[in-house]
Amino acid sequence: MISPNRKGEVWVFAEQEDGRINDVTLELCGKARELADTLCVKMGAVLPGWNVRELSYRLIAHGADRVYVTHDTELEYYRTLPYARVLCEMITRHEPQIVIYGATPIGRDLAPRVASEMKAGLTADCTDLEIGEYEDKKNKTVHKNLLLQIRPAFGGNIIATIINYDRWPQMATVREGVMRMGAGDPSRSGEIIEESVEFSDFEKSIRVVERHREARKVNLKAARTIVAGGGGVGSKDNFQLIHDLAGAIGGAVGASRAAVDGGFIDKTHQVGQTGTTVRPALYIACGISGAVQHRAGMEESAKIIAINWDKEAPIFSVAHYGIVGDLNKIVPMMIKAIKERA
Amino acid sequence: MGYHSVVCVKQVPDTSNISGEAMKPDGTVNRAALAAIFNPEDLHALEAALDIRDAYGGTVTVLSMGPLGAAEVLRECLYRGADRAVLVTDRRAAASDTLATSYILAQAVRKLKDYDFVFCGRQAIDGDTAQVGPQMAEKLGIAQVTYFEKLVELDGRTVRVRRNVGNGWEILEGRLPLLLTVLDTANEPRPASARRVMQRKRSRAVDELRKEIAAAMPGASEDERENAFADGVEKLKMAGQLIEQWNLDDIAADLQWCGLAGSPTKVHRVQSIVLTKEGFTEVPPTEDAIRTMIHELIVDHTLG
Repeated sequence: MISPNRKGEVWVFAEQEDGRINDVTLELCGKARELADTLCVKMGAVLPGWNVRELSYRLIAHGADRVYVTHDTELEYYRTLPYARVLCEMITRHEPQIVIYGATPIGRDLAPRVASEMKAGLTADCTDLEIGEYEDKKNKTVHKNLLLQIRPAFGGNIIATIINYDRWPQMATVREGVMRMGAGDPSRSGEIIEESVEFSDFEKSIRVVERHREARKVNLKAARTIVAGGGGVGSKDNFQLIHDLAGAIGGAVGASRAAVDGGFIDKTHQVGQTGTTVRPALYIACGISGAVQHRAGMEESAKIIAINWDKEAPIFSVAHYGIVGDLNKIVPMMIKAIKERA
Repeated sequence: MGYHSVVCVKQVPDTSNISGEAMKPDGTVNRAALAAIFNPEDLHALEAALDIRDAYGGTVTVLSMGPLGAAEVLRECLYRGADRAVLVTDRRAAASDTLATSYILAQAVRKLKDYDFVFCGRQAIDGDTAQVGPQMAEKLGIAQVTYFEKLVELDGRTVRVRRNVGNGWEILEGRLPLLLTVLDTANEPRPASARRVMQRKRSRAVDELRKEIAAAMPGASEDERENAFADGVEKLKMAGQLIEQWNLDDIAADLQWCGLAGSPTKVHRVQSIVLTKEGFTEVPPTEDAIRTMIHELIVDHTLG
């Protein structure tokens, strides 16, 4: 644990695999840059790995003033304990006030281990971060310039703002895709600082015996248009309609949790708080009632068309176009209309 | 011989079936209106531990922290084959965040001693944080493997496991003891067995017994109730039906790391999600109207 340290930097854990920086890291760099500017402090990135120094320039282009690189063969592949050692060492040496991680399988494995060792607070899966103040009415004190960690909770039915005013650093994991990735400015300059870290035998004790990575088959995040089906589609067979419409407009296929739970489609297509957060140019929600956990993952789409027989369905509250009726009739009409234009 | 596994299980409000009454008008959660269920992924953690016991021998201890009602999920574990059940319950543990919770659970695991595996579900559906497992591992000073999907090999103190990392998988080798967090794709949890339900349905934690006696003997004096209680505890012990109940003193917990005091994260504000009705263009379900809508989307470059 470190004490509140107003001069401390704002940090991002720079997640890389096989020499590639994860997109969420660059999304977080943009956010961390904003937070650091608000606090008038420097923004840093912690980059553990093996032969990863070159990646520092991208982090700098996306806003880092300083990149703390730890280059070690023990860090070639992500393993919890050596990576946690690097983070804890860096935090102890440089006392940042904020450390944010992507809420990826790696970030969600690493951050709690670090938080526990540092005896610091950690908020999972934030969807927004802001700087703000907190008035402790009981002790009549006002804590200024705190990190407000905003996340959905209770299955997405509430939005909670979490703070941590005494046991720093203030740490959070942030969902992939919720922060906008900037274009990056290759002319920005920054400092690259090499840091070495020692590992104990215990920290080296887990061995990667075999490792297999595959490209993500469904890339919802990159899709310009998404056609998503929900429980109202009714069956796996009927879900073909959704595929057909997506095919007609050249979009990706998304789904609500109800459709995934119903076995209509694979979980990799799920949009929402427990799936992927998307913001395409057009989102067509077919037979999706719009539970809050789904809306949280798609409401920032530029245009939303909602098709539902129930005119009271919450999905209409975020829609730009609403069609009340039977999707089995409406979807074929849409396919026809699109084909006429082509 | 065999392996001693500790499985952490949690009773959670069923957040996937929220009804209208689940939120109070002030925007806070009305826990009383939500059904309490066995955290789904914890069932898979239990199954993983039972699998190891079935294949290599040993024992499975289930551990839960929560109010007295959480004894229900422990009984459910006993019905499915767990050997021993421990409930950590203490008002001073209320309002613990994940860090304080992991400290308390780790203290309980330490008291259990000589464990080889600690299993947790990947995450609980009320918070979805996935933090308590890794934090417990750190507190216990042991390694963690998250997203456990398969036991590949277990030979003496060396274990190989496969973990699923979303865009792939890996096989890790480590030495026991280890903490594993289990995915729901790891296995198919066995159902409760009718025989075990008959055997264990009378299992109780001491405070449950106390409540039952108070309810059954409304007119009795304090002494009579105490006698009945002491008698009841003795019978449960003899029959091996006692769900062990520990408080923070029993597990030698330092109160500065428990409850609100031990929780660095505080809830600043909670908002229930309010639908913002800004209005939308209602398109009638007719071919003409839909054609017009598609035309608009093409004109404003949303499509094409």
